[in-house]
Amino acid sequence: MVKLGQLSRIPLEVLQTLGRYGLDFFERLGRGHVFMIYVLMGFKDVLQRWQLVVIQIFSVGVLSFVIIVISGLFVGMVLGLQGYNTLVDFGAEESLGVLVALSLVRELGPVVAALLFAGRAGSALTAEIGLMKTTEQLSAMEMMAVDPLHRIVAPRFLAGTISMPLLAAMFSAVGVLGGYFVGVGLLGVDDGAFWSQMQDTVDLRDDIFNGIIKSFVFGIAVTWIAVFEGYDTVPTSEGISRATTRTVVNSSLAVLGLDFILTALMFNK
Amino acid sequence: MLQSKFIETVVGIFIAIGLAALLMLSMKVSNLSSLTSEDGYVIKARFLNIGGLKVRSPVKMAGVVIGRVSNIYIDEKSYDAVAELTIDEDFNNIPGDTSANIYTAGLLGEQYISLAPGGEETYLKEGDEIKITSDAVVLEQIIGQFLYSKAEGNSEGDL
Repeated sequence: MVKLGQLSRIPLEVLQTLGRYGLDFFERLGRGHVFMIYVLMGFKDVLQRWQLVVIQIFSVGVLSFVIIVISGLFVGMVLGLQGYNTLVDFGAEESLGVLVALSLVRELGPVVAALLFAGRAGSALTAEIGLMKTTEQLSAMEMMAVDPLHRIVAPRFLAGTISMPLLAAMFSAVGVLGGYFVGVGLLGVDDGAFWSQMQDTVDLRDDIFNGIIKSFVFGIAVTWIAVFEGYDTVPTSEGISRATTRTVVNSSLAVLGLDFILTALMFNK
Repeated sequence: MLQSKFIETVVGIFIAIGLAALLMLSMKVSNLSSLTSEDGYVIKARFLNIGGLKVRSPVKMAGVVIGRVSNIYIDEKSYDAVAELTIDEDFNNIPGDTSANIYTAGLLGEQYISLAPGGEETYLKEGDEIKITSDAVVLEQIIGQFLYSKAEGNSEGDL
């Protein structure tokens, strides 16, 4: 009987560990949502201090501009090359414009821009807020009766949410131009067919608006994760590095997962 | 103060570029006309077989897109396919005896409805039905018929 008791204790410990991870996960998830409610309540303060958001759009959006444009250009050019090589076998290289535009507007534009945004801006947000917490600047603000959620987090969240759709649109637009450059400029696809087939197939509401909705959702997700991880940092230098890593990993996974759900909802005909 | 002015200007440029990109996507990449074609009038056409016709396939007259297929369904009594065509309201003088054909753009292209105007004085209105239609050409059927007739010809030749 003693032996049986010892044996049965091992699975129990496993279950206990599993339960602890589960509880931790849901506790963090719940804290993230309560945190977001407080941030949303801070929006009324933000509207009175619009300047704060403008500065944050500069550091979150404008500074991501170069990486977004260059990546968009290269993704578009690669799509042009690869698409041409496949389509030319079927004598359908005139459809290159459709292929480039649809893949960019529907998927690659929002998703790749969001992944780059998570790496470029999300990690910076987490590190900044995390360092503010570690150096007790946030506590100091609270001492002065300034709510850091309203003053620090809300403008950053709003700036990220505004910047993301704009960046994704730039990514797609530059990507189409890159595909045009390779397809028409280098490989000799007909200029008129490239644009006209694209315009014939790409739909404003089904494709472009849905792409914008996607990037908007991704913007909310990435910025939310970034500011929450920053605010929830363990206030040590190791804690900051972990929080930054978690931001990039979690927000990338969130973007890809959300992308699947959104695509399933939007494009199931 | 100069610093914040600079940031404001750069952010302004950033947002302007973003909006310009959106505008380029909607004007240059997509078909804006699909939005305006929503406010047209609807006529119906009945086919035995619509082949690969889809909702949003173009409706053309003399090669010019004048509308889109807005709905496709089966008539529950006759088992015909009924296509609802939303025609741009600019083209409100389509004769009553117009015929509708389903054609394919190129060998592998998408299918579209081509309207051939008749000579009647009365024009089609909202809810009217096109009486003269011809069905989609299904490539497999034609190939099948061709092979069949070929085989028949050969066997006669042997005898």
